[in-house]
Amino acid sequence: MSGDCFSIFTLLRQAWTGQGGLKPMWREPEPKSAYDAVIVGGGGHGLATAYYLAKEHGMSNIAVLEKGWIGSGNVGRNTTIVRSNYLLPGNIPFYEHSLKLWEGLEQEINYNAMVSQRGVINLFHSDAQRDDHVRRGNAMRLHGVDAVLLDREGVRQRAPFLDFDHARFPIHGGLLQPRGGTVRHDAVAWGYARAADRRGVDIVQNCAVTGIRVEAGRVIGVETSRGLIRAPRVGLACAGNSSRVAAMAGLRLPIESHVLTAFVSEALKPLINTVITFGAGHFYISQSDKGGLVFGASIDGYNSYAQRGNLPTIEDSCEEAMALIPALGRLRLLRHWSGIMDMSMDGSPIIDRTPIAGLYLNAGWCIGGFKATPASGWCFAHLIARDTPHPVAAAYRLDRFATGHLLDEAGTGADVTMH
Amino acid sequence: MRIPCPHCGDRSHDEFSYGGAADRRRPTTADFGPEWLDYVYLRDNPAGLHRELWYHGSGCRCWLIVERNTLSHAITAVHAVLPASSPAMEDA
Repeated sequence: MSGDCFSIFTLLRQAWTGQGGLKPMWREPEPKSAYDAVIVGGGGHGLATAYYLAKEHGMSNIAVLEKGWIGSGNVGRNTTIVRSNYLLPGNIPFYEHSLKLWEGLEQEINYNAMVSQRGVINLFHSDAQRDDHVRRGNAMRLHGVDAVLLDREGVRQRAPFLDFDHARFPIHGGLLQPRGGTVRHDAVAWGYARAADRRGVDIVQNCAVTGIRVEAGRVIGVETSRGLIRAPRVGLACAGNSSRVAAMAGLRLPIESHVLTAFVSEALKPLINTVITFGAGHFYISQSDKGGLVFGASIDGYNSYAQRGNLPTIEDSCEEAMALIPALGRLRLLRHWSGIMDMSMDGSPIIDRTPIAGLYLNAGWCIGGFKATPASGWCFAHLIARDTPHPVAAAYRLDRFATGHLLDEAGTGADVTMH
Repeated sequence: MRIPCPHCGDRSHDEFSYGGAADRRRPTTADFGPEWLDYVYLRDNPAGLHRELWYHGSGCRCWLIVERNTLSHAITAVHAVLPASSPAMEDA
């Protein structure tokens, strides 16, 4: 257990011995020609799926295939927020399951993921919006989730630097979820990868899937840049590239890929000790332990696979920051980066079987996939191992667009720029 | 990203609203079935060349068909949905 574990003693010993005794946290195996199951996509969701397949379902002869390297996609490109403050019955139990898994994650995988339950406050700026937030809070509490309604003074106590008397969007209060917060995103990928590897999962990096082989309506394997890999069960967890990979099996998904940009500022002394979202726009901000303000806003709003956004969106995002916290006016941006979002047509994800036997789909996370990582892996592993949906993910059906059982949390219809 | 509008010239994309894939066709049947499912919910979502609609709300107020590469954002062709001499254009 030494070499890839990090106690204070190993760190001190390594400091005196030139860091030469550390070993990689996961192997770099050559892919085998066949597995019991293959997960396409080595992001947070794919790695969590592999870990829970091995841990909860005893399947260790499995591989995770990643076209780049672990953590290069959206699991390393988000704003690290975790929460379960949803409204719809099909969503709340799933996201609450996810938050509970976050709460136990570090012990589960023996990895410091810096899980910080610093609270998430959704601000409201009018009486009507207050009613809406009360409704959401009540829905959460009926599902056993924590929710606290804050009045204006309650918000002021926690975040005195907000522009409470903004001429257009005065702050009336906020809905607080005390158990929400942030998690160090890269550590989630690395921790799940190490934990899955230790249970025998092959994590194969630089292995792009180029085709999905189907015979008589049943999947038999995937073609990759490193040869054919046979598997009777294939799970797709490809985030922004879901449509491209599903198309290899002839599937057309209710998904558009869009670019979303996140930002981090230069480091400040402690300013924001919670997560705050702006109710009059679409903006969310927290402060990392290094001191940088981490924030994001909306997708650019046009189809993109570029992992690179455009300047008008950056300007919009910074205007929202200024509307909420005028004190940020002289702050400089350190960097910004973009990821490709798999925007589903109702704003909710899909964890389901496909019309092809043995082929399973995990997609449609829109801009909120990071918080779902543990439960997504948990439920996708359940689906792949047992061929039946997990109860808390039962609403995430692929056929709901045909049957009308949509999960439209924002109530905006099939326009992904509105989610 | 700048869109070369055939009426207004090269303009920043924030003058435009995005209208999605250009070649979707509204079904003629009134009954919800595979055609409506396809039209409302399913997308090709290509990585590469994409024919798409943009509305120039802060300019000529015309709908445009733009051919753009979704991997690079490079725009290769733009033309108006309606010809400039059409009655609808004169009303606009």
